[in-house]
Amino acid sequence: MNGQTATKTTNQIILDGLWHDNPIFRQILGICSTLAVTNNVINTAVMCISLSLVTALSAATVSAMKDWTPKTVRMMVQVLIIAFYVIIVDILLRAYWPDMSRSLGPYVGLIITNCIVMGRCEAFAQSNRPWPSFLDGLFNGLGYSVILLVIAAIREVMGMGTLAGYPLPYFSTQWDKWVIMVMPPGAFFVLACLLWVCRSIGVKEKKA
Amino acid sequence: MILLAANTSSIGSEVWMAVVTCFAAIFTQNILLSYFLGMCSFVSVSREVKTAVGLGAAVVFVMTATTILNWMAYWWVLVPLNLEFYMYILFIIIIAAFVQLIEMIIDRYSPSLYQSLGIFLPLITVNCAILGAVLWMVIREYSLIVTVGFGFGSGVGWMMAIVAMAGIRQRIDESKIPAGLRGPGITLIIAGIMALAFVGFTGVLQ
Repeated sequence: MNGQTATKTTNQIILDGLWHDNPIFRQILGICSTLAVTNNVINTAVMCISLSLVTALSAATVSAMKDWTPKTVRMMVQVLIIAFYVIIVDILLRAYWPDMSRSLGPYVGLIITNCIVMGRCEAFAQSNRPWPSFLDGLFNGLGYSVILLVIAAIREVMGMGTLAGYPLPYFSTQWDKWVIMVMPPGAFFVLACLLWVCRSIGVKEKKA
Repeated sequence: MILLAANTSSIGSEVWMAVVTCFAAIFTQNILLSYFLGMCSFVSVSREVKTAVGLGAAVVFVMTATTILNWMAYWWVLVPLNLEFYMYILFIIIIAAFVQLIEMIIDRYSPSLYQSLGIFLPLITVNCAILGAVLWMVIREYSLIVTVGFGFGSGVGWMMAIVAMAGIRQRIDESKIPAGLRGPGITLIIAGIMALAFVGFTGVLQ
């Protein structure tokens, strides 16, 4: 691939993944596992890294194999590729960080059915070369991660008064802890408010 | 005789466990409102009560059947062979194959049902609620009888949530909602309030 067009599209890919086509705000994809792990920043970070890596690597693999995959079975092939990377992530977590693996529970395995991964493979990797596909997957994963981390930070600070396990000065002492934030309803409310803010900014951007 | 009595009583307690697990899966541990599984189709398909009921019924059926099938595959095949790490691939293949099979059977014997369910069946393969229920079943090490209750209860819980949501969304169609909140935003807020209501069930069982 030639350098000039590649750099141009690389920037575009990065911007699209992080903001213009952000998987959560614009496409409303993959919120299944978004909410369950976001009551704690560390859990969320691990989940995000796993998801970004799986998305990037499976997009690259799907793209590399697209010429040999028959169109009729391509969904099955994509699912198997994704499952392959998820198994690797799962085994690594189990071997080196068993506590984390236990507290994430089934959500690592659920990356397989996360719509973002499938969505990127189908929408981008099917018709692009491996390297741009890798970037596209990575930055869509990161765009997703940023929002998850924001949600997790809000929930953890307001619900438990800590950030990534460390007590914060004001929130851990004077703040009246909002228990609702660490419970499931809190996740729905925080995501809805974030969606509201970002979509309102998006509406203004379009008008301008 | 004593052995027989002990055996029947253990089966009786198993069945009781299954009933309790079923209720827990519907109310206190609703798969959608407390584990956030199946959110994608929840947000996109919950516009009309009729379609929500169709999808919900399909999910109840597929979830019950696939949790049982996957239980057998996991405990009778993978565990004896020490191949537990293949479970993701196996589960996904079993779910996909089962959905495909059901699609073919319904198409052959009841074209009218196929017409009404048609679009939803393939969607179920990638519904995280199904895989999620299967993975919970493995992690919590349920027995076969309890698994039946769990799979059915999870499906019913999911169906109840999506049908209720569709009903509420039909009502708020004409309300004035801020532009940025329309669509998914308001759906999530409603889901939050519903989840809040379901939190009230905590402590009913146990």
